[in-house]
Amino acid sequence: MTIRVLIAKPGLDGHDRGAKVIARALRDAGMEVIYTGLRQTPEMIAEAALQEDVDAVGLSILSGAHMVLVPRVLDLLRANGQENVHVFVGGIIPEADAARLREMGVAGVYGPGTPTGAVVEDLQRIVARQTEA
Amino acid sequence: MELVAEVLAGKRRALARLLTWIENGAPQGQAVLDQLFAHTGRAYLIGVTGSPGSGKSSLVNQIARLLRAPSGDSPARSVAVVAVDPTSPFSGGAVLGDRVRMRDLSGDPGVFIRSMASRGALGGLARTTSGFVQALDAAGFEVILIETVGAGQAEVDIARLAHTTLVVEAPGMGDDIQAIKAGILEIADIIVINKADRPGVENAERALRAMLEFSRPAHKHALVEKIPLQAAEEPEVGWKPPLLLTVATQGDGVAELVQAINCHAEYLRESGERAGRDRLRLQAELDRQVQEQLYTGWRERIPMPRYQEILEQLLARRLSPSQAASSLITTQMGEPPQGTP
Repeated sequence: MTIRVLIAKPGLDGHDRGAKVIARALRDAGMEVIYTGLRQTPEMIAEAALQEDVDAVGLSILSGAHMVLVPRVLDLLRANGQENVHVFVGGIIPEADAARLREMGVAGVYGPGTPTGAVVEDLQRIVARQTEA
Repeated sequence: MELVAEVLAGKRRALARLLTWIENGAPQGQAVLDQLFAHTGRAYLIGVTGSPGSGKSSLVNQIARLLRAPSGDSPARSVAVVAVDPTSPFSGGAVLGDRVRMRDLSGDPGVFIRSMASRGALGGLARTTSGFVQALDAAGFEVILIETVGAGQAEVDIARLAHTTLVVEAPGMGDDIQAIKAGILEIADIIVINKADRPGVENAERALRAMLEFSRPAHKHALVEKIPLQAAEEPEVGWKPPLLLTVATQGDGVAELVQAINCHAEYLRESGERAGRDRLRLQAELDRQVQEQLYTGWRERIPMPRYQEILEQLLARRLSPSQAASSLITTQMGEPPQGTP
């Protein structure tokens, strides 16, 4: 079954290179990546995740607003009945914040320099585990 | 079935899940579609095709926006968008980026956008796009916009599916020889030159107008039955595809475009061609289903050793591909294989 992933950039920073690199890497790993572009609100992201019925949502955040944006996306996904969608976050995330995000249910937090292969493998593993369950 | 009722009631989560099932060829998806089919046939289907980068997604965004705004005597209509992008022939993956241009539509409960990868199909749509359209139609969307893969010259499946097909060109895409080649321009009900603020728009317009003067009203029957154009019966009043200029990023010319779509819809209704197109679409769908079901059934029942044996004979050039296929099919029917050494 083809894994479908939404890649979104919430918030106001305009650097989407990382998001595009990840989108490309996931594509090359055989996934279907719905790329939504810059400056998305959490509401827009949750709406797209619902319509596209994705397995995972990747959020790229470089603005420092991750502790506001990520919980909001998680809440909206749950409100839509999409609590099974895996959320992962890439960007400049301090370790303390990363730990708190994981506690909230984020499946992975990736900082600068993460090999794209690591993201791909994590995603394949968690989606496969869910399909078995 | 619970999902059937939910889709008919317009529940978005149920609809999204159904689309996933259809896309993955899941049997439960087909079962739901079978039950929903009686509720289809109401939506107006608009196809949008054209070269990569000609601005199809931006145009879809603007058309949908206008359809959502009530104006004069026409009320706002609910809109679904199916946007197809290509699957990589190497990895099987895809980047579906059409939503980037459609952000104006987000937050509107009267709009539903779904991206799909072509998954190896070559006609500009995915194999399951028609199933998506049926599901969205049953869910009550009044207009369905179908955006094809960036298409060149041969991706003409959309004309079989849509009521109105827009072919989108941009300035600088080729000379008048490109315009008289067979293929995508022939399927246009409306031709749009987008990015009309760019240099070269006069040349593009001249080449396309010259092409339009040559053209006779197209017989869409020819798409299914391959009737030569001159042999087909002349319609009494044909539809001449209009040529429109737009700048989708600014919204220029989009109101005129929507007007032209409405005119075409009216023409189809009054001439009786809409019924004809619906008939053609379902006939094509029936033929496709027969092919698929025959093939899948055959594939499931053919003994693998027999298949391998014939394949070996083909590789050794003792059988031609055509003889090999006949051999395999007769094996399947339970008859003794013929003509094999």
